[in-house]
Amino acid sequence: MKSLKTMLNIALPKGRLGEKVYTMFKDAGFPCPSIEENSRKLIFENEEKQVRYFWVKPSDVAIYVERGAADIGVAGKDILLEYQPDVYELLDLNVGKCKMAVAAKKEFRDDAGKTLRVATKFANITKNYYSSMGREIDIIHLNGSIEIAPILGLSDVIVDIVETGTTLKENNLEVIESIVPISARLIANKASFKFKNDLIEQVLCGFKVNTEDNND
Amino acid sequence: MQIDASVLKKEEKVVFTLRSLYEKYGFNQYKMSKFEEYDLYVKNKDFLVSDNIITFTDTDGKLLALKPDVTLSIIKNTNESKSTVEKVYYNENVYRVSKGTESYKEIMQVGLECIGDIDDFNIYETLMLACESLKSISQDFVLDISHMGIVSEIIESFGVSRSVEKALLKCIGEKNIHGIKEICKNEGIDGTKLEKLVSLYGNPQKVITELKRICQGESLNQLTYIVSELCKNGYQDSVRIDFSVINDMSYYNGFVFKGFINGISAGVLSGGQYDNLMLKMRKKAKAVGFAVYLDMLERLEINDKEYDVDALILYDESTNLSALNDAIKLLAESGKSVAAQKNVPEKLKYRQLLRLKERGVEIIENNA
Repeated sequence: MKSLKTMLNIALPKGRLGEKVYTMFKDAGFPCPSIEENSRKLIFENEEKQVRYFWVKPSDVAIYVERGAADIGVAGKDILLEYQPDVYELLDLNVGKCKMAVAAKKEFRDDAGKTLRVATKFANITKNYYSSMGREIDIIHLNGSIEIAPILGLSDVIVDIVETGTTLKENNLEVIESIVPISARLIANKASFKFKNDLIEQVLCGFKVNTEDNND
Repeated sequence: MQIDASVLKKEEKVVFTLRSLYEKYGFNQYKMSKFEEYDLYVKNKDFLVSDNIITFTDTDGKLLALKPDVTLSIIKNTNESKSTVEKVYYNENVYRVSKGTESYKEIMQVGLECIGDIDDFNIYETLMLACESLKSISQDFVLDISHMGIVSEIIESFGVSRSVEKALLKCIGEKNIHGIKEICKNEGIDGTKLEKLVSLYGNPQKVITELKRICQGESLNQLTYIVSELCKNGYQDSVRIDFSVINDMSYYNGFVFKGFINGISAGVLSGGQYDNLMLKMRKKAKAVGFAVYLDMLERLEINDKEYDVDALILYDESTNLSALNDAIKLLAESGKSVAAQKNVPEKLKYRQLLRLKERGVEIIENNA
């Protein structure tokens, strides 16, 4: 890995969103043929374009970028709000759109006199949202299958990402409040932005042309 | 006494270089106790990087803290003469919670403060010394400079609430133009100027030309004047104007800046003018200063030490002490580092392995 310094290291979120985002990078003028071959490799390079892509767990992208292992990356706004990494948020890619919302059982009635029990993966977002309203809550931190918490009486409501609402509906839950819209963002390490500015500006330029096309 | 520079670690070398640099420009060392009264920090909590402070009670029951910051202590003790400038530098450990591990960390900090009748020259000199400080760490550095006067003028012209101001500042710090757009749309204000301000980056002369199109006034003149002076003195490739350098407006005003080194993922130098903090602490003088964080410099040394020791000399129970001593002395005099062991320590990297025999030293292994 002798050329580690002159390449632009890009962290992509593993999964469907990541594949979509890679196509955006490709359209922006930074293709990497080896990534399109089906393989178990995790790191892919295109020396000519000076880019190196790697797949990481979506929630880890911000860490790779903040610590400089990746110069830029793509992370959901939910992750940025939750972990508050010290990075630049350069672009809203307008993909992976969904929202952070409060959901409850259909028959749920909020009793403002009681401490609200909230189950969530996103403890910080939840804390900030309710403290901005002055509501006292009890956060129950779960790592998955949040939807069953209100059904089993573990919590009163949940705070989670809602994309289509199908999972909620199937579990007899509904959105009662929207907190914030979410989409994928292009983030950059603060030091890399300075020392690899030319490359990053090129990527930004390529993206801007394309996202403007999408918005029309 | 002679000191062999090769035994010093990168951060130790930097400390010595910085100290002699500051002394050269007439700064005096400010030495202080590790402890400070907790009260000082409670009153200025927002100024600190983190809320967590290590506290303990003194023998007389007074609540003390292990210093999380040096600037506040210097301000507290300043004589604040109004017609002159007090120039001090420090080299101290501070105690803060590190972000990732959520546990306390000891961080070595070197920095300087100018307190008193601050003028353009003092600001220039501070920025120049910031550049020189970074340069002494690595030739490949960048100093981002912003002027809070320009940022706050635009934001204040919006006439929005404090919480919206805060949200806007956060977006500026993140170079988050889409975020600014959205806030401005919701508030029904025209954010074009602010968006332009955030998107500016790069060559200072170019940025200044662009800046003149969107704003004017005292702050811009001062920024232009001082940055051009820095460019004239050989820092044109390292100085950048970047308005994403944001410090708390209730403490900082005027110039704020942040320094980066290629190879270190976060800023290593941070500073600015803090007249507002002085006011809060009921001091009439103005002030400017910066701190260099040395805890991340170890990441810079790419080459691990090739060998732990030049010569490893093996002996056993039967070895004559004075014969061993003579052998070590001989090797040391030839400029080698020597370790004597009975067995080869696991994972020790040596250049040469020797064994002491009755007839003399025998070379067993040569690695270089």
